[in-house]
Amino acid sequence: MNRQLIYVLVLSILIVTAPHAQHLPPWVSSFGAILLLWRSYLAYANRPLPKRPLLLAITVVAMCGILIEFHTLFGREVGIALLALLASLKLMEIKTRRDAMALIYLCCFTIITNFFYSQSLFTGLYLLITLLVVTVAWIHLYAPGSAFKARLKTAATMMLQAMPLTLILFVLFPRVEGPLWGLPQDAYAASGLDDMMSPGSLGRLILSDDVAFRVTYKSLVPRRDQMYWRGPVLWDFDGKTWTKGQTKHGIAPRFSDISQPVEYTVTLEPHNKNWLFALDVPDKVSVPARLTYDFQVISATPVHARLIYHARSELAYRANLQESDIQLERALQLPPGLNPRSLQLARSWREKSRHNIEIVQRALDYFHNQNFRYTLDPKPADSIDDFLFETRQGYCEHYASSFVFLMRAAGIPARVVTGYLGGEYNSVGNYYIVRQSDAHAWAEIWLEGAGWQRTDPTAAISPERVERGLSTVQMAALPLAGQIAWLHGLRMDWDALSYQWNQWVIGYNSERQFAYLSRFGLESLSLQTTYLVAAIGLILAAFALFMLRHLFKCKQDKIQAAWLKVCRKLDRRGLPRATHEGPADYAARVAAARPDLAFRIREIAGLYIALRYASSQTDHALFIRLASAFKA
Amino acid sequence: MNSTLNGVIRQVEGAILGKPQQIRLALACLIARGHLLIEDVPGVGKTTLAHVLSGTLGLQFSRIQFTSDLLPADILGISVFEREKNQFKFHPGPIFTQMLLADEINRATPKAQSALLEAMEEHQVTIEGVTRKLPAPFFVIATQNPSHQTGTYPLPESQLDRFLMRIQIGYPDEKAERSLLCGIDRREIIAGLTPQMDIADLLALQQRAKEVFVSEALLDYVQALLRHTRESESYAHGLSPRAGLALLSAARAWAMIDGRNAVIPEDVQNILPGVVSHRLPSASGQTAQQLIEAVAIP
Repeated sequence: MNRQLIYVLVLSILIVTAPHAQHLPPWVSSFGAILLLWRSYLAYANRPLPKRPLLLAITVVAMCGILIEFHTLFGREVGIALLALLASLKLMEIKTRRDAMALIYLCCFTIITNFFYSQSLFTGLYLLITLLVVTVAWIHLYAPGSAFKARLKTAATMMLQAMPLTLILFVLFPRVEGPLWGLPQDAYAASGLDDMMSPGSLGRLILSDDVAFRVTYKSLVPRRDQMYWRGPVLWDFDGKTWTKGQTKHGIAPRFSDISQPVEYTVTLEPHNKNWLFALDVPDKVSVPARLTYDFQVISATPVHARLIYHARSELAYRANLQESDIQLERALQLPPGLNPRSLQLARSWREKSRHNIEIVQRALDYFHNQNFRYTLDPKPADSIDDFLFETRQGYCEHYASSFVFLMRAAGIPARVVTGYLGGEYNSVGNYYIVRQSDAHAWAEIWLEGAGWQRTDPTAAISPERVERGLSTVQMAALPLAGQIAWLHGLRMDWDALSYQWNQWVIGYNSERQFAYLSRFGLESLSLQTTYLVAAIGLILAAFALFMLRHLFKCKQDKIQAAWLKVCRKLDRRGLPRATHEGPADYAARVAAARPDLAFRIREIAGLYIALRYASSQTDHALFIRLASAFKA
Repeated sequence: MNSTLNGVIRQVEGAILGKPQQIRLALACLIARGHLLIEDVPGVGKTTLAHVLSGTLGLQFSRIQFTSDLLPADILGISVFEREKNQFKFHPGPIFTQMLLADEINRATPKAQSALLEAMEEHQVTIEGVTRKLPAPFFVIATQNPSHQTGTYPLPESQLDRFLMRIQIGYPDEKAERSLLCGIDRREIIAGLTPQMDIADLLALQQRAKEVFVSEALLDYVQALLRHTRESESYAHGLSPRAGLALLSAARAWAMIDGRNAVIPEDVQNILPGVVSHRLPSASGQTAQQLIEAVAIP
């Protein structure tokens, strides 16, 4: 095998498996890297390949390593580890064109496995480049003499030529939803809101720049202080942690006096949980989901893949003017014997006020006037008492938690709502990006005659957090903020591109496929199916024709292989064939050098010429028989 | 048909001693309907080869000695006013023949050269607005002295492309030279040549050569050769598609002369030096043989 080909193959394996290094155990990556380095060195120094027993031993060691590491030989990670190792090992024993071909197919397969982990635009582009490199290796196999630049050009041309067919298949090939294409549940390492809130849990989330979801508003864009994206609602408090709790007495929510409808489309990143995010209060959602008694939208299945849904919310509303006593009772529960000073404070407000609404105002005033500070890096507070009277610094989590505590202590039913607030406007794509860093917690209180009402204590301390978003609060602390404006612009551009990618490529599911095809008048399902079947049939027929051509080629390959075998046998007897030497010339030379073989070699060469270069239908079996029986 | 071909070859080899390869190349060129350029120093038998070929094939022959004062009309012909009939009458030039020997073509001015070369390409000439067809077959053997000799106008590359092949004859070997020196005068031999085939035979041969089979495997090889000249840095520019076609038609003719009805790589290798050497300006003095050796037969 030609040295350059080995280098190209090494490069192919390297860039195809490189992204897997972040999921695979380090030893697997280093093992593969060492094999690749070793092979490159052998090619560079023109040294012989390692012997079979050694390779076998290496393989066994690798298998044992994988077994010890994963305790199984099945599964995604294991499969990928095996693929990477076996590809590198295959390179160690590569001798024929067939071996190289197998390796190239292996590389193509490995390219696809990268989509198990990421389907972002960046991954797509990267894998396109890897495909280009693999194609270059492929071309090298068939045109070893050509220059690298020329091969790169050919590969790019081939990929461009394949584009129309790819697009047709992308648009027309039926999207099967379900186990066939479904990825395992752990396919996405997702981060996001949890259905509980303990000290610092939101804080960790706020540090993450990952996108939670993106929103396009249909016409009316709500004010920023209305962009409360409702997530899990938390009822039970044990002194440290807020949890969802359980109830058997949930009643269907009743909204009255609704107005200010707003319609929007959410592209939700997978978070492996059931809940969907909607603005308060949700009215309609385009995917199968239900509305819980505490106004959460719960999807029928966990969101394992990126989900696009349309929804409508009413920004002005009164919720559950009548609430069941059991729920109100739940919303007043406090862990016994904790936070006496806070209880004391709440009780004093209760005594001083005539109306519940006054108590709420007093609480908000308290946060506003008592030197509370909004910071993402607060001194740790052990309890609500500690926070309210000692540290007095924190972020939404602390304020929401302590506010709900105070309300309950003062006898006002209250609960914590978590979710996201605001989002960053992308002017390039005209949509909002809601990141994990926009995670927020606020309070909801129930007042007689007003129902459940949102109250955000954070707004009392840091109004700009609510009005302009967290990034402005952070930006102010960042001295370089101004200078990196262009970087920010670039980031917005990239995000807009990713958004389109998600919308049109990743989000192109069967539903969208039918919707798209119906635009071309393929409305009835049966007609659509007919067209689809016809299109797929055509593609398959073209493929079959191609394969038939390939079969013919296979016969040619067999003939060529038999001839090369004869040449090799003669090579061992000191009569090598020059690569540019034609069969007639070679036969004549061999006949002159070895009169004893003259008859045989003339006969074989004659048949070879007839089979390879003439139009007559000579029996190729005879030739192959003669060629394999040939002894030099 | 092969016996006639063999008769032709035998007779030409009897007259041109020790040059079987060149004779076959010239014949292949003729059968492939191409024109031949022979480049060599004076006195190695360029003119003799042309004479012998036309005599053996029974072709109508004429010759133009190119000189620096040759005018296009000297080649193509001219209209002369005839007083008796009171009209112009066209007197065809020496180009209206089946085999034309253009001797020392690089001695003439480019103007005269291009008059001939255009006729070669089109197989017709247009004089004073009237297009006249040339006879068929129409075959030009041009000879030229190596261009470094004095008083020459070298043919530009685009004009060289009109010739299917450029061959060199070279000095004869010892044995051939001895019999040449001892034997009878070449002129007598030429005078005594008898045609071995007629025009119909030649046209049939040309038609048959077109039908010689070319397999996919051979096309792969030809394309590999073309690709190599285009991608290798040894050449200023690669072979054109026309050169590829020339390779194939010449290789077909060669295969037929060799008695086969399918082209094999050896055929291509045999005609390759003649077909490519004048089309391939080589930067580093690559010879055609080096090109053959650089490209593996797929």
